[in-house]
Amino acid sequence: MSNKILEVQDLTIDIPTPSGTLHAVQKVSIHVDRGETLCIVGESGCGKSLTSLAIMDLLPKKAMRTATRLELAGESVFEIGERRMSDIRGNRMSMIFQEPMTSLNPAYTIGDQLTEALRRHRKVSRSEARDRAVFLLEKVGITAAASRLGQYPHQLSGGLRQRVMIAMALMCGPDLIIADEPTTALDVTIQAQILHLLAELQREFNMGLILITHDLGVVARIADRVAVMYAGQIVETGSAAQIFSAPAHPYTRGLLACIPIPGKTERGAHLGAIPGIVPSLVGKMSGCHFASRCPEVQQNCTSAPIPQFEALDPGRSVRCLQAENAAMRSAGQEGVA
Amino acid sequence: MIQFALKRLGVAVLVALTVSILSFSMIYLSGDPAIALAGEGASEEDIENVRRVYGFERPIIVQYGDWLLRALQGNLGHSNYLKADVASVVFERLPTTMILGASALIFALVLSIPLGVLAAIRPNSMIDRFALTVAMIGQAMPSFWFALTLILWFGINWRLLPISGTASWQNFVMPSIALGYYVTPAVMRLTRAGMLEVLSSDYIRTARAKGLRPMTVLFKHALRNAIIPVVSLSAVQFGFMLGGSIVIETIFAINGLGFLVWESILRADLPMMQAIVLVLSIIYILLTFLADLLNGFLDPRIRVS
Ligand SMILES: Nc1ncnc2c1ncn2[C@@H]1O[C@H](COP(=O)(O)OP(=O)(O)OP(=O)(O)O)[C@@H](O)[C@H]1O
Ligand code: SF4
Ligand SMILES: [Mg+2]
Repeated sequence: MSNKILEVQDLTIDIPTPSGTLHAVQKVSIHVDRGETLCIVGESGCGKSLTSLAIMDLLPKKAMRTATRLELAGESVFEIGERRMSDIRGNRMSMIFQEPMTSLNPAYTIGDQLTEALRRHRKVSRSEARDRAVFLLEKVGITAAASRLGQYPHQLSGGLRQRVMIAMALMCGPDLIIADEPTTALDVTIQAQILHLLAELQREFNMGLILITHDLGVVARIADRVAVMYAGQIVETGSAAQIFSAPAHPYTRGLLACIPIPGKTERGAHLGAIPGIVPSLVGKMSGCHFASRCPEVQQNCTSAPIPQFEALDPGRSVRCLQAENAAMRSAGQEGVA
Repeated sequence: MIQFALKRLGVAVLVALTVSILSFSMIYLSGDPAIALAGEGASEEDIENVRRVYGFERPIIVQYGDWLLRALQGNLGHSNYLKADVASVVFERLPTTMILGASALIFALVLSIPLGVLAAIRPNSMIDRFALTVAMIGQAMPSFWFALTLILWFGINWRLLPISGTASWQNFVMPSIALGYYVTPAVMRLTRAGMLEVLSSDYIRTARAKGLRPMTVLFKHALRNAIIPVVSLSAVQFGFMLGGSIVIETIFAINGLGFLVWESILRADLPMMQAIVLVLSIIYILLTFLADLLNGFLDPRIRVS
């Protein structure tokens, strides 16, 4: 049996807006194996959240989703239909959101919101669900878990609420967890704890994890594979080792230049920021999306759509003409030598 | 919660005192009450007599204190016109008005909350536009005109419902609709706005991400939060309806407080008017207080600190 939990091919999301169609996500392909962590990185607005919402089938009504393949553990989501989709959501895959302060219902206790997730999908008694909730609250590092069940969200801090959200995502023992910038809204000290916790739980329960983040430092620590998104497209994917040691796409290199490296980056040194702004995704675009900011831009970069170049390494792909040329050249030299 | 309730109770008592002062000063609305009481053609001596008998010559603060004390003991004065104790007349009429108000409010809520919810689920759909139309008509139409239209069709043309009196529950159908329809627009728009806001909130997305059934998401997670402000509004609207009952009770000849106000105005029966204003205001204050408590109960952010 294949170890693949999620397989997405050519996911495209269009959103009609008053000024034209917004091509928010364009032919995005990703896959996640059991026990694997895929990190999706990219600047704000590049389509990371929409991609994850599309997988959960939680897109806003007006957004139009198409894909050539969207499979969960080998089963096509398109054949599942809306009704059974809700049987899968929160059950075989769960999601953790960016905003812990507002993601819990203020009118119900933590215990109620935790147990209802389990009782929706499993035939368990109230007390069994309660036990599971206490077990998981302890797992996510909440002390006095049993007494927390009766508390309301407003009585908890942001960090605690995010831990509750994580426990909630785990209630049914999912195969896949999607965490969309789960720590952006939290204090820096708590961010590290939460990420550490997620990575630990992912290993312990052998789940697939998609972690969306801006923070490449985090990626370096916990990712098995990385997908770099820019303006609605995946511009580069590969194993974390490949991406960090030999970034092929100019955008990836730009991102990496932005993170300080302990020991290497001098104190007070200027941290790179990629100059320029992200292009509008409304209407048609020709050529490379990154062209307006790319330091290596050439004439042919803007004339035609840039295809994915996959021959770099197994499991690797990059969407850049110059990277493709460079790879071809070095392959040619090897052939001559 | 107890602290919250006590605070609200304090506010309620203060408002009630203010209302009692306003209500007390009604006696002085028409100038010297002794002259008014003594009647036309009374001699200077008669007026002086009245003033002494009723104690109008005392300092006003003493008169108020005296009046308030008696009111608290249930003595709201004497109606010279009806030759009867005001309090007993008022409390005899009160239940009718409360039944009318309650059934009007129930009608309004039963119509406006589902409409508001449906409109919020499908904004800009047919049902949303229908709800908007209902609201607009409700706002534009004077309630007396609506009441007369109901009487004309359901009472006279089709003879489906009795048009006056309080003999059976059927007598209350048209008055309740006429009175309740008037408050539907506000309740409906608040429900719609509240639902729209809640439905786009993060915790609804969480509920859907858990795979909860659409009905659970809608009723358990969304409506429960959207309904909180509707509770307060309903209390306010109930107050408006007590006022509106003057018109409706008069049109449908319902022997309630509203009708009594109308009669008392015609008879210039000041003690009666004063008592009704006081009683209606106190009921309104009580309702607002209860709505606050209910709010605290519905919203754990108030209840549990
Ligand atoms: N409901 C919506 N209506 C219209 N446009 C939307 C909607 N949701 C997202 N978009 C647009 O789609 C694009 C991608 O949004 P998305 O939320 O996926 O970005 P993101 O990569 O998650 O960014 P961030 O890092 O800020 O969370 C953005 O340009 C955004 O403005
Ligand atoms: S295709 Fe051209 S513009 Fe785009 S990233 Fe590569 S070099 Fe830069
Ligand atoms: Mg996002």
